[in-house]
Amino acid sequence: MGKTIAEKILSTKSKRDARANDIVIADLDFTMGQDGTSGLAIRAFNEMNAARVFDPARVAMVIDHSAPSPLEGVSALHQQMRNFASNQGINFYDIGDGVCHQLVPEQGHVVPGDLVIGADSHTCTYGAINVFSTGVGSTDLAAGIISGKLWFKVPETIKFVLNGTLPRGVYSKDLILYLIGDITADGATYMAAEYTGQAIADLSIEARFTISNMAIEMGAKCGLMEADDKTIAWVKEHSKKAFEPVKADADAVYAQVLEYDVSSLEPQVAKPHTVDNVAPISAVAGTPIQQGFIGTCTNGRIEDLRIGAEILKGKKIAENTRLIVAPSSRQVMLQALREGLIEIFVESGAAVVTPGCGPCVGTHNGVPSDGENVISTANRNFKGRMGNNKAFVYLGSPATVAASVLTGKLTDPREFIK
Amino acid sequence: MSLTGKVHKFGDDVNTDYIISGRYKFKTLDMRELAKHVMEDLDPEFYSHVNKGDFIVAGKNFGCGSSREQAPLAIINADVSAVIAKSFARIFYRNCINTGLPLVECDTDQIDPGDELEVNLKEGILYNKTKGLEIPITPLPPVMLKILSEGGLVEHFKKYGTFNLD
Repeated sequence: MGKTIAEKILSTKSKRDARANDIVIADLDFTMGQDGTSGLAIRAFNEMNAARVFDPARVAMVIDHSAPSPLEGVSALHQQMRNFASNQGINFYDIGDGVCHQLVPEQGHVVPGDLVIGADSHTCTYGAINVFSTGVGSTDLAAGIISGKLWFKVPETIKFVLNGTLPRGVYSKDLILYLIGDITADGATYMAAEYTGQAIADLSIEARFTISNMAIEMGAKCGLMEADDKTIAWVKEHSKKAFEPVKADADAVYAQVLEYDVSSLEPQVAKPHTVDNVAPISAVAGTPIQQGFIGTCTNGRIEDLRIGAEILKGKKIAENTRLIVAPSSRQVMLQALREGLIEIFVESGAAVVTPGCGPCVGTHNGVPSDGENVISTANRNFKGRMGNNKAFVYLGSPATVAASVLTGKLTDPREFIK
Repeated sequence: MSLTGKVHKFGDDVNTDYIISGRYKFKTLDMRELAKHVMEDLDPEFYSHVNKGDFIVAGKNFGCGSSREQAPLAIINADVSAVIAKSFARIFYRNCINTGLPLVECDTDQIDPGDELEVNLKEGILYNKTKGLEIPITPLPPVMLKILSEGGLVEHFKKYGTFNLD
């Protein structure tokens, strides 16, 4: 009987024949914490009486969620991370370096076939380059950086076969929102997702990251894709590590196989206050918007900025509307500067903020006011997510955000795309 | 280990932002302080109404969203004795086991706000004393029961220095 990608990676890393629902202890290739979770991980590390991390090259800490620090308490947490990183000699990324999920693949830390944990729920992002990566809590991270191992329940897999070609003005963000709306916020709980088909093959690696990033929003443990020529070229460009891609067997056993044709998909929007509350743009167009946000680990990459800038070029955002742009890393910011994208954003009336998580998690950088509507490229729209439980957050593609801030209301981006 | 307390009931898809909002979790690592804001966005009165040993009871997919361990820690520090739900999101589930917060998976339709419950995790029994009803619960896998019964993953590592789950 064949195996899924998840079963194969967990078999290799646990050195046993791992099948869905087995519990295994497996070797970790890389581990990561951010500033919302590392403080508790360091506390657990100390309470566990550990002296050194298992391998400093396989550990990273990133200050991205609340960076630069807006508060004394946060500054203390950041200081603690800097001290730990310096004492242990681990990889460390400070304010302005970028979002952890952009940095980990961009800096070449992970390659196809790897097993990775991160104390951040969107660690599933690297599934797009054939990495079994999953979010854990701080205590799991502490155990992982001490022992280089973690226990895993081998997940069953739900396979998404995505046929057809996405229409003009419709992006990978629209596709993943549609899938989450279809199978709901717990449709893949405890499971791995595998995404395959022509629609995935056609996407760039950057666009694929958007899909794997949001696997957690359907409850999945990871969002895996096979490595094709594009993946291999992308990884070689970013990493010097040797790797062996992992394919699912033709006779692998899946909990469910779901097929979709994406050829007539419309731009999609997740309405407040859950990610699976999804509607086509036509159903919500015209809703007034006070703030737009382009950025995050979902959609803050160079391609996303290009898509947004293309629509905003030479135009001004609507009166009484704001736009915040947070490039997902220092490299992305530099590239955007070279291409003149930052100039386009600033001239259009946007506020460009530090590479990092920006206002996504509600700690700083653009907390909306009571009763305001926000259209964001982020991955979560929970009540209070952006720091105010009386605000309303809609999620869409960078194109939908750019089009909506031009008109001051939710707008179909295809009106602005030639 | 037998737990007794009153029910505070919530719906489906209670996410970790509702359990403890991002706007608080970055401010401090003092969990007693964070506990004052637990469940605040769903029920601003929750912390003032909860008594030592009470239960949080909910529908499906409890704890979905972020990986913040402040979520189970804030619940523990509000003196809630266990979370009972139809299903849990997986990171939250692991975090409960690792931090020593008991969780119970079962049908919660026949549990109402204010009901008094008795839970015995080892024997896998949930008894609704108010309704005189026994509700079957999904037993925890042995690996998780071991970590939970040792008081969480920190205690496990203190004891063994690494994973010792066989």
